[in-house]
Amino acid sequence: MERVPILKIGDILLVSIQLDMSDQTAVQLQEDLAERIVATGCHGVIIDITALDIVDSFVGRMLSTIASISKVLDAETVVVGMRPAVAITLVELGLSLNGIRTALNVERGMELIAAAHADELDYQLDDDPDAETATP
Amino acid sequence: MALSTEESGRFAALLSGQDERVTTRWTEIVTSSLRGRLSQAELRRQVQDLHRAIVSTGEQGIIELSADSAAELRAALSELSRGRARQGFSATETTVSIFALKDVLAELVQESGGPNALQDYVAFSKLVDEMGLFTFESFVRTRESLIADQAEQLLELSTPVVKLWEGVVAVPLVGTLDSARAQVVMERLLQTLVDTSSPYAIIDITGVPAVDTQVAQHILKTVVAARLMGADCIISGIRPQIAQTIVALGIEFGDIATKASLADALRHVLRLNGVETARRQPRRDA
Amino acid sequence: MTAGIDLGQPQAQSVRSDEDVVRVRQLVRAVAVASKLSLVDQTKVVTAASELARNTLVYGGGGSVEVTVVENGRRKGVQIVFADSGPGIADLDLAMTDGYTSGGGLGLGLSGSRRLVDEFQIETSVETGTRITVTKWSR
Ligand SMILES: Nc1ncnc2c1ncn2[C@@H]1O[C@H](COP(=O)(O)OP(=O)(O)OP(=O)(O)O)[C@@H](O)[C@H]1O
Ligand SMILES: [Mg+2]
Repeated sequence: MERVPILKIGDILLVSIQLDMSDQTAVQLQEDLAERIVATGCHGVIIDITALDIVDSFVGRMLSTIASISKVLDAETVVVGMRPAVAITLVELGLSLNGIRTALNVERGMELIAAAHADELDYQLDDDPDAETATP
Repeated sequence: MALSTEESGRFAALLSGQDERVTTRWTEIVTSSLRGRLSQAELRRQVQDLHRAIVSTGEQGIIELSADSAAELRAALSELSRGRARQGFSATETTVSIFALKDVLAELVQESGGPNALQDYVAFSKLVDEMGLFTFESFVRTRESLIADQAEQLLELSTPVVKLWEGVVAVPLVGTLDSARAQVVMERLLQTLVDTSSPYAIIDITGVPAVDTQVAQHILKTVVAARLMGADCIISGIRPQIAQTIVALGIEFGDIATKASLADALRHVLRLNGVETARRQPRRDA
Repeated sequence: MTAGIDLGQPQAQSVRSDEDVVRVRQLVRAVAVASKLSLVDQTKVVTAASELARNTLVYGGGGSVEVTVVENGRRKGVQIVFADSGPGIADLDLAMTDGYTSGGGLGLGLSGSRRLVDEFQIETSVETGTRITVTKWSR
């Protein structure tokens, strides 16, 4: 069985799904990701599905589950890069991907996570050095 | 409908025995029917292609237009009709090029005489009729697909998706929105969101006289699809009658943002993004 | 991968594992492209095939899928038959309802894939299992 790689970039875990996943691969990814969130203490997960030419109910459910699990583990999940044809099909299928945050691409996804994180930092009175200066 | 083996043999022999004469005469008749809209040389080449295809089919035995052995003949006929359809000739002008062969055959059969002359002529004519019908059919098919292509192009032309601002695209819909057009527009809108990396889309329906349930559903589905992709839609320019239809049809617009005009919609988006717009007019809020 | 496909013939794929479900998707995609379906229509029919093939595997205990290019006049289309000899579907109306699942699913596979295709036909019985035929036409 193939496995989807998980990259750590700064405070974010980036999962770029490049293959037509079997159901087992999808379930494995769900488990791997939960472990990595705990192990790294990351507060953001970006799942890039630009390469996926379909999302069916199984993958849709996996995305929802990942979002819920990461929320429990104090990480924000954003699904990015859904193609128009995939989105149109999901609407027709009746899958609403409840509770999942989405963005057009990885950059926009990072912005969302940064904004969510910044909101939280507002409550800490010391200023965080990498909140603004992380991007060169 | 097929010619028997003997008939096929005689048919092929008749045409190949005097091939120069057949093609010349055939070309003459066709040329006069098209009144110079195709060059003599071009027509001659087409007639020769057909002639060759008929003879080589006849040499294989039975001539049956629908048989595998007639594939070359069918291809030659389709090619002729496709070309003519593209060049804008009518169906009659196209099929006449095939029927002209009958005149040639009449002359040849008459000259050769023989005991089977009349019978042969009837059989040959039937085959030519079949070839003519086949040509007509493929002519019509080509025209239909040309028309479908043009309709599609028109559809694309009539649905501009424009980038209004950094991160904001808009589709100003004008005219009657049928289901097919609504679908095309919506697909283009979603693709533009991706291409321009814009998280906001404004669907302006000021120029739409009426919406039915299907069209309203298309718009709604697009809004939901855009959300799945990570973009927000605002609908602007909903006219009073359309608002009434939407309510009467029981269509739920739910939490979709609606604004009176395109300008209001743009202002709304910019405000969401923290861009302060200068307020030159007094506030119009109720 | 799609080069060796003879589209004049029905293409068969057995469904015994979830890797086979992936193969069904790829096969349907290849045939949908060859039938000149638009990108959105390709996506819809492949998604429907993924749902139905998974049902064949999970509830039907495995079975087979057959994909054919069909033609009606000017239009081409993709026809897919999903067949299993599993337990059948006792209450079809219930199974076709959005949200009904006897497993842990979302209950959208059957009802949703019906919306994604143009023709949807289902025969099911305890004795013979389930056979679903769907068709998607090019526009
Ligand atoms: N091939 C089949 N054989 C037997 N029962 C089936 C078959 N396909 C579907 N069913 C029954 O119909 C129900 C509904 O199927 P459907 O695909 O709509 O939902 P699901 O598979 O439970 O969830 P989802 O597909 O959304 O993950 C199933 O739970 C199952 O009970
Ligand atoms: Mg299912």
